[in-house]
Amino acid sequence: MLKIKDLHASVEDKEILKGVSLEVKPGEVHAIMGPNGSGKSTLASVIAGKEEFEITKGSILFEGEDLEDVSPEERAHKGVFLSFQYPVEIPGVSVTNFMKTAINESRKARGQEDMPANEMLKLIREKSEMLDIDRKFLSRSLNQGFSGGEKKRNEIFQMAMLEPKLAILDETDSGLDIDALRIVANGVNKLKSKDNAVILITHYQRLLEYIIPDFVHVIHDGKIVKSGTKELALELEEKGYDWLKKEPVA
Amino acid sequence: MHSVPVDVEKVSPYNGKIIIDMAYTEEELKKELETKEYEYGFYTDIESDTFPKGLNEEIVIAISKKKEEPEWMTLWRLAAFKGWKEMVEPEWANIHYKKPNFQDISYYSAPNSKPKYDSLDEVDPELLDTFKRLGISIDEQKKLAGVAVDIVMDSVSVATTFKKTLAEKGIIFCSISEAIREHPELVKKYIGSVVPPKDNFYAALNSAVFSDGSFCYIPKGVRCPMELSTYFRINQAGTGQFERTLVIADEGSYVSYLEGCTAPSRDENQLHAAVVELIALDNSEIKYSTVQNWFPGDKEGKGGVFNFVTKRGLCEKGAKISWTQVETGSAITWKYPSCILKGDNSIGEFYSIAVTNNYQQADTGTKMVHIGKNTKSTIISKGISAGKSQNSYRGLVQVNSRANNARNFSQCDSLLMGNECGAHTFPYIEVKNKTAHIEHEATTSKIGEDQIFYCNQRGIDTEKAIALIVNGFSKEVLNKLPMEFAVEAQKLLEISLEGSVG
Ligand SMILES: Nc1ncnc2c1ncn2[C@@H]1O[C@H](COP(=O)(O)OP(=O)(O)OP(=O)(O)O)[C@@H](O)[C@H]1O
Ligand SMILES: [Mg+2]
Repeated sequence: MLKIKDLHASVEDKEILKGVSLEVKPGEVHAIMGPNGSGKSTLASVIAGKEEFEITKGSILFEGEDLEDVSPEERAHKGVFLSFQYPVEIPGVSVTNFMKTAINESRKARGQEDMPANEMLKLIREKSEMLDIDRKFLSRSLNQGFSGGEKKRNEIFQMAMLEPKLAILDETDSGLDIDALRIVANGVNKLKSKDNAVILITHYQRLLEYIIPDFVHVIHDGKIVKSGTKELALELEEKGYDWLKKEPVA
Repeated sequence: MHSVPVDVEKVSPYNGKIIIDMAYTEEELKKELETKEYEYGFYTDIESDTFPKGLNEEIVIAISKKKEEPEWMTLWRLAAFKGWKEMVEPEWANIHYKKPNFQDISYYSAPNSKPKYDSLDEVDPELLDTFKRLGISIDEQKKLAGVAVDIVMDSVSVATTFKKTLAEKGIIFCSISEAIREHPELVKKYIGSVVPPKDNFYAALNSAVFSDGSFCYIPKGVRCPMELSTYFRINQAGTGQFERTLVIADEGSYVSYLEGCTAPSRDENQLHAAVVELIALDNSEIKYSTVQNWFPGDKEGKGGVFNFVTKRGLCEKGAKISWTQVETGSAITWKYPSCILKGDNSIGEFYSIAVTNNYQQADTGTKMVHIGKNTKSTIISKGISAGKSQNSYRGLVQVNSRANNARNFSQCDSLLMGNECGAHTFPYIEVKNKTAHIEHEATTSKIGEDQIFYCNQRGIDTEKAIALIVNGFSKEVLNKLPMEFAVEAQKLLEISLEGSVG
């Protein structure tokens, strides 16, 4: 599904990703861990197509297609979803309005008609119940005045609405209370299928108890320095990152 | 009298209230939005009866004669003209432009087919075609329940509908010229009573040479059963347009009046100096909504309409006037719809969205003059600047010494797109009564790349993302417009900001 080869990316001439390679197959869950500032969010943004970052070397293939000249919105239409580490506020635009626009834009790109109102309503009802989201919440301005946890839950609500093929969750667990974490994780698990894939960026082993990863990767200084299975996350929890910083393994 | 700098208080009575979900109208508008150029930029070739250029007493008398006006009106115009000659065109701190040469303008132009029509068949087909291209085919309008249309085409009313329904309620809705002839007692009593002929340079000019406009009178206790709308349009090269609108709501009555403007693109600057007077008698209410779409000039700032408008309303006891406007057009806009809150317990409201793009300059705002006791005013101004444009808000809240317990809430928000435009806020507050309660809030924000990327990531392209963000920003004001106007307004916002980012 996703094939990243020797990816180098920089911003303002500062190299941040220094050769990342990663392959994600349908049905898989990959966890990416690593110290602050190591390049995790950058990797997520680059996959999503943020233009600020310049790809200096390497490539990203999504379902066999090189994403180099594909705009961020087209990537979204193809099924790439990013749950942002820091979701932005859009005053005056309700969550519902935003979702409706997003869904219909994607449908339009696929040559489909707008989703009929009753269908949209049903979808909203279903997904908001699944994630235990109050309907009133959906009429509020997007992310404006949302608590940290509410923002994250809202990201997952959007993911549920858009049903992406590849979901990248950038520290979605940070800021969630224990109950919310369980609800969100359950939501992600319900949406998982053999046809889609998830990349979880996290600092905490706890999330991985709910969403079991097939692979765990550690990024340090713009490179994946270690890959393993879920046991690696436990090891990291115990030992921290220092031992990896010293002995980079490809 | 003393002006004080604004005391910015952060408490908004609107907090938490503005969560009404707007209908999704963007989709319906999409098709029409595909054209990037000013879509109403065409010129209809209709034979016109145009006066020679220039302005003097003879021209003023000729206009009056042409309109078959009584002598008192001719004299009124001449007095205004005399006043105008002694006035100097004002200089505006934040507006820069080449002043119009008032002797190089033709002051009267009317479509040749003068008689009133009983049916559409009698109307010049080319004119009907123009209406169609404007999207206001009268046929459709007739079907559109609850909308009466008095179309002003180049200074003379050419079609009026729904007149009968209105007449049954005793409502008068006609051209100002007709009103001068048919209802002289009302016109004589109220014209110039809110905007005196010598109020300002442009108002004086208008008073001398106005050629047409609308008149509306709602009798005591009558609720006007439909939205009244007027479409203005400039159609002659080098013809200034001087509309005069007079709306009178008698005691306990209600009317919602809609005004929409479109103009064809011309290479010359066109002067537009309208006067709108509203009179709200005891316990009446007037809602006056405008969607203004004069040609703003091209990307280089060439052409475009100069819009110098005087709009003012007078509230008697317990009366209410709301001005709602969406301004996207004109090369230059100078406009301050105002309320004189003369009667006790009267209410004035001003809701405005002003968009400037490319080289447009706008200096808009409002004046709320509190004279009566317990008077209340609300000002919500949303300025959106893009390109190299300059957008200024200028507002005056004046509380006179007798106005006990006057209240005002003002909120001025600016949204910037790009680094080359400017937003300026000039709130003036003059308070002569200690019991006044005045609140002012101001914010300036910028459409951020992060917001756009967030939208992009959800599959929304940049153009659409901007429209979404701008609509969100303007929502409090858009919500004040009658539904069909809200749709039109959103469309205008999108059109006027297309291509302004990324
Ligand atoms: N736009 C930018 N301009 C300059 N430096 C940037 C920019 N974006 C990211 N960086 C830098 O790139 C490095 C990687 O940042 P990134 O956000 O990818 O880290 P992260 O691994 O997600 O960290 P965290 O765990 O704290 O979220 C950091 O040093 C950061 O300061
Ligand atoms: Mg990060």
